[in-house]
Parts: sequence; structure tokens; C-alpha cells
Amino acid sequence: MIRPGRDDDPDRLYTLTGGRSRVGSHSFDLVTLVVSEAEPTAGMQSEHARILRMCRNPTAVVEIAAELRLPVTIVKILLGDLLATGRVSARHPSTLATPDVSPPDPRLLEQVLVGLRKL
Amino acid sequence: MDSASSDRRTERTPLGRSAENGLKIVITGGFGVGKTTLVRAVSDIRPLNTEEIMTRAGEGVDDISAVRDKTSTTVAFDFGRITLNERTVLYLFGAPGQERFWFLWERLFIGTLGAVVLVDTRRLADSWYAIDRLEQHGTPFIVARNRFEGPAHTLEQVREALDLPGHVPLVDCDARSRSSCKAVLLTLVKYLYGIAAAQQNPEATP
Ligand SMILES: Nc1nc2c(ncn2[C@@H]2O[C@H](COP(=O)(O)OP(=O)(O)OP(=O)(O)O)[C@@H](O)[C@H]2O)c(=O)[nH]1
Ligand SMILES: [Mg+2]
Repeated sequence: MIRPGRDDDPDRLYTLTGGRSRVGSHSFDLVTLVVSEAEPTAGMQSEHARILRMCRNPTAVVEIAAELRLPVTIVKILLGDLLATGRVSARHPSTLATPDVSPPDPRLLEQVLVGLRKL
Repeated sequence: MDSASSDRRTERTPLGRSAENGLKIVITGGFGVGKTTLVRAVSDIRPLNTEEIMTRAGEGVDDISAVRDKTSTTVAFDFGRITLNERTVLYLFGAPGQERFWFLWERLFIGTLGAVVLVDTRRLADSWYAIDRLEQHGTPFIVARNRFEGPAHTLEQVREALDLPGHVPLVDCDARSRSSCKAVLLTLVKYLYGIAAAQQNPEATP
């Protein structure tokens, strides 16, 4: 499972994130759903533009990472830029509000059961 | 890496506009135990593959200076997706359960509903570490024995070998079968429901 990544030349990753190395406090979860609030503009960093196009429909952070072929951490940094400038909004998982409550609300689990039974 | 990601761009299926709540379930276990097979069997989309940065010390990173210093490596994991209703979508993560990956999973999977530990009875010891960590972490889990070559052991023998407490569900599955994997997920969520209901209303009997 450990393998050299795909496009993750270390210098490229560092450049992509403008040398900023930390994910901001507005942390995204793997399954936070991201929604575009703006269209890509000319001159925008290409990864930012791709994210905005992908997220016309809600798209999970982990799906963005898979699509861009970038590590999740890098994608979170890119998303932080877009969130800070209001170009995307984030729909955080309800379970994140109370991460220590495990398992969560039975009503939520009931919805999961109903959904799974339809499979 | 398998071919699941090669032509996925054309296959990307977006969620509906009303999707707002992402949930997580983790499928863990030793190498080659059938994690990806299970995810594929129940997923609405072909499983996708992605990666996260991990330092050589085996921890997930916030600080990507480790990337530049080349003291990091990446760990791949795969995931699938099940749309539960217009607002709720469930993600299934296939995650190797070995010790050197665990720091990363603990961080990645905060807020997960619960976990399925897949075991292969020919290599039961491969799952010990994952079970230990889930217990320690307080993440509820069930164990599913993937039937590779017709069970040579009873589930009771498996339970004993894994030293599983009586309340932890242990089921058989065929990771290639959608209905079998669906039954595994239902077992997990019913188990979670029982725990959650008891926590909310300790008086009531489930
Ligand atoms: N006979 C049989 N083969 C299975 C079953 N489940 C998985 N396999 C096969 O076992 C092999 C490994 O399955 P994977 O799903 O790739 O296992 P994994 O846990 O994702 O493996 P890693 O990600 O490499 O750790 C594949 O060739 C599967 O086709 C099963 O229930 N019965
Ligand atoms: Mg796999």
C-alpha cells in the first residue's frame, strides 16, 4: 500500500499550495460535501478551476482528491483558499459536530438502515 | 493498484444537489482479505482510489513541509459511495489494518459510524491489530469472516480465536456478493442502532 504517488512530485505539491504548509482551522472532513458558489475565472490556478467545475454538484473532499489525483491534505489546502474567498461552501457531516458521540443519533442510523435496505 | 481509477473521469456520477450529509463506514482488515471487493460489491460508483500523506514515522500530517523534506510518503486507500436518500450519502473506506497505517486512519476516520473488520480464517492474526485499536478507540465494529474456500472453522471457533466479546456481532460473508455485503452492512448498522438507542434511553430494552 505504500507506493510512490502518481503526480505527487514533492516540489510540485509544495508549489501547488503556494508553499503554505498547514491546513487552516476551518478543517474539511474527508466526506465534507463541497459546493461551488462561483464559476472559474481566467487566470485562476487550474486546480482551483477544476474544483469549481467539479463542485457544481455537491462533491466530497475525498472524491475531489481522487479526481485531481492529489493527496487529501493538499486538496484541503486548495479548498481552504476557495472557502476563504467565498468561491465554495462546505456542507460538513452531521457526525462531525459531536465526533465523540459514537454511535450517533438513532434517528440518523434509522435513515441509514432504510437506505441500505433499498440496495 | 487496480484499474478502477483509469477511466473514472468519464464515469464520474455527481450527487444530487440536495446532498448535504456525508457519513462514513470503514472496512478494515489484513492485506488481500477482500476489502476492495466488498466496497465494490455495494458501491453505487466504481471504487475510487486516493491517497494521503504520511510521515515516515507513521503519522498523518497537517504540515506538508514533511513533503518537501521528503520525510513523508503516501498511503493509498479506496472508497465507494452509497446514496441513502436525497440528503444523505454513505462513504465506505477500504483501509489496511496494519500497525504502520493506523495513526493515519485514526485521524482520517474521526466521526465514522462504525467499522467492519474483515477476516480470513487462514490468516486470523492479521486482524488482531485492527480489532485492538478499534476497541481501544471506542469505535463500534463487527467482524465479518470472508469465506474464501468454504469455512474450515465454526464462527464460535473464530470468535474464540479472536477473543471477541459476546456482544460484538460476527457474521459470514462473501465479499463478491452484493446481497451478502448488504447483509454485513445492515448487521453493523443494526448493532450501532442498538447501542445508540440504549445510550439514549437506558431504561428501554431494544
Ligand atoms: N474466493 C473468494 N475470493 C475473494 C473473496 N473476496 C475477495 N476475493 C479475492 O481475493 C483477492 C483480494 O481481494 P481484495 O478485495 O483486493 O482484497 P483487499 O483487502 O482490498 O486487498 P489489499 O487492498 O491489497 O489489502 C481478489 O483477487 C479477490 O477477487 C471471496 O469472498 N471469495
Ligand atoms: Mg484493497
